[in-house]
Amino acid sequence: MVRNGRPGIRTRLVVMALIATLALWGATAPAALAAGPIKIGFGMALTGALAGNGKAALIAMQMWAEDVNKKGGLLGRKVELVYYDDQTKPATVPGIYTKLLDVDKVDFVVSGYGTNVIAPAMPIIMERKLAFVTLFGMAVNEKFNYPYYFQIMPTGPEPLTDWSKGFFEIAMKQSPKPKTVAIAAADSEFAQNAAAGARQNAKKYGLRIVYDKAYPPPTADFTPIVRAIQATNPDLVYVASYPPDSAGMIRAAHEVGLKPRMFGGGMVGPQYASLQTALGPLLNGIVNYHFFVPEPSLKFPGIDAFLKTYQERAKGAGVDALGYYLPPYAYAYLQILGQAVEATKGLDQKKIGEYIRANTFDTVVGKVKFAPNGEWAQSRVLMVQFQGIESNDLSQFSGPGHRAVLYPEQWKAGSIVYPYEKAKR
Amino acid sequence: MFSLDLLTDAVVAGILLGGFYAAVSLGITLAFGLLDIVNIAHPAFVILGAYGAYVGNSRLGLDPIVAGLLGMPVFFLLGMVVYRVYYASFEKRGDESLRGLVFFFGIIFIIEVSLLLQYGVDYRSVDAAYLGATLELGPITLPFRLAIPFAVALGLTLLLHLFLSRTFWGRAVKAVSQDHLALRLMGASPVRVKALAFAIAIATASVAGALLIMIGPIEPSVGREYIGRVFAIAVLGGMGSIGGTLAASLILGVLESLTSTFYGPSWALAVSFGILLVVLAVRPAGLFGR
Repeated sequence: MVRNGRPGIRTRLVVMALIATLALWGATAPAALAAGPIKIGFGMALTGALAGNGKAALIAMQMWAEDVNKKGGLLGRKVELVYYDDQTKPATVPGIYTKLLDVDKVDFVVSGYGTNVIAPAMPIIMERKLAFVTLFGMAVNEKFNYPYYFQIMPTGPEPLTDWSKGFFEIAMKQSPKPKTVAIAAADSEFAQNAAAGARQNAKKYGLRIVYDKAYPPPTADFTPIVRAIQATNPDLVYVASYPPDSAGMIRAAHEVGLKPRMFGGGMVGPQYASLQTALGPLLNGIVNYHFFVPEPSLKFPGIDAFLKTYQERAKGAGVDALGYYLPPYAYAYLQILGQAVEATKGLDQKKIGEYIRANTFDTVVGKVKFAPNGEWAQSRVLMVQFQGIESNDLSQFSGPGHRAVLYPEQWKAGSIVYPYEKAKR
Repeated sequence: MFSLDLLTDAVVAGILLGGFYAAVSLGITLAFGLLDIVNIAHPAFVILGAYGAYVGNSRLGLDPIVAGLLGMPVFFLLGMVVYRVYYASFEKRGDESLRGLVFFFGIIFIIEVSLLLQYGVDYRSVDAAYLGATLELGPITLPFRLAIPFAVALGLTLLLHLFLSRTFWGRAVKAVSQDHLALRLMGASPVRVKALAFAIAIATASVAGALLIMIGPIEPSVGREYIGRVFAIAVLGGMGSIGGTLAASLILGVLESLTSTFYGPSWALAVSFGILLVVLAVRPAGLFGR
């Protein structure tokens, strides 16, 4: 009530109560927001050519979020993954990351799977100065030189040449020493990068390149390619290919009777359970890159438990049944982000970026330390030879004993059978 | 690196590859060449056929080709249904050109997503004792993985040719492609004839899919890779000619194989499509077109 133009005592009390309520709400609102989840956003290949790996990676990432949340989350807050299907198309990536940052208001973004979708996210990441952990990009930061880029594939500080270094180092230690090499690669960015690195390594070791060709991705029959390679009689055959091509190349090599001293190198596919069971004994003797195999030298803390849970979840999900290729690394790159958040006690992108750059992380794929260019400080591209595979049964690939780790020396488990002709029996 | 053995092997490999291309393209020749239906979803039906062969092989223990043959009646019915929907929604209203194309885009999407949901994104293969074997004929090596699909494709081509040239319904299909109105005046229903022909086209996808999964592993979206090639073969062969489709497939197969062997695989497709352009410039109706 107002008397004589001045507010009465009751009115003043109401106004004061309102002000106090507003003040209290103002003070408590940020606390309430802070108690909300920490959102991590990303695009992932859930359809399209790389969906096989993308879906497997997503399972691993969801496992990480569940594990973290079971332990109380990060900084006392739950973790929430916000993701969209990038359809394995680079063109979708800028839109997805803009939406994640501006509409979904995520606290962090991490990359989807592969070089082709990491590169188009980089301009947005760099413009906003975000810490960016990425999943299996091949030399993406070579041109960007972004200080807060961290890539989890263990290719090492010189990714182009590190990719095939082991293949050539092993070959040059054999007797008789190889003198020539044939290089066949898919006509795509990853495979061409791998082939470029193989050329540099061949030059370094004084090998003569007798065949060096690209093939288009929709190649149905590889026998003409393999016959052309065979006609040059190379000592080594280095192949950089995608899963269906790898299967085609391996089958054609057997049908044509390809006889190099070493065969393999950069084939994507022989790491997957589906291709392992499809090819079975045809894999014997192939020396190819892997990032993890269940051999005793690679028993990292937590990897067995991770794989056990992953393999249970993979059943019926239509993804790689064993999960030795990408899933452990998809789990590990979020482990690194999570450990950095906990250590810096906040969400400051710069602090987190600096922390990741300066420290070593314990993950399910072992200790990870990054080089200044954001790649692993030390390469751990394993060169593995398939040995003694007798059937197409999956159980041969789920445990140790059929994949000799030949390189790097630190992780070695087994010896090479040389040449390929002898090893493939 | 040129040698007679290499040349012979390249030609043989090309012929075998061409046989496979023919199996995949026959359905397009029927639908696009004879019926004027731009079924860009045909490669997706082939992938569906490949998954049918996968299920028959992995769950029922059937040979992939037997699984493909057993799938033909199901695909035939599927083709009937698809054509009836297409006819009622687009062709009857004269909307088939653009909206019909969108319809088939939609079918591609539905097939791919259904396969993704059911089987996931992992690569699938089939198993048969003969798949890893080869037949040595002097200097020529014949991988069964390619030779058997070639033989099956030849058989399928021959059967279709006989059907179209020797049976009443086959001649009716040819008639509907030549003069729609005349057929109606003769008291036959062009819609029924077209439904039958389209259903046969889709039925061939069941066998073609089985051949595809015998050659290499598949995943739901791999059919897209073949859209350009199968239409090129149908056009090169002469739009509706079964013999022309086989000839065009063999020509493209051999050209791709020779280019891959002697020049470089990345040029294989460019050479094939270059030849297509040259043939169309000289003979716009295609090799066997009238």
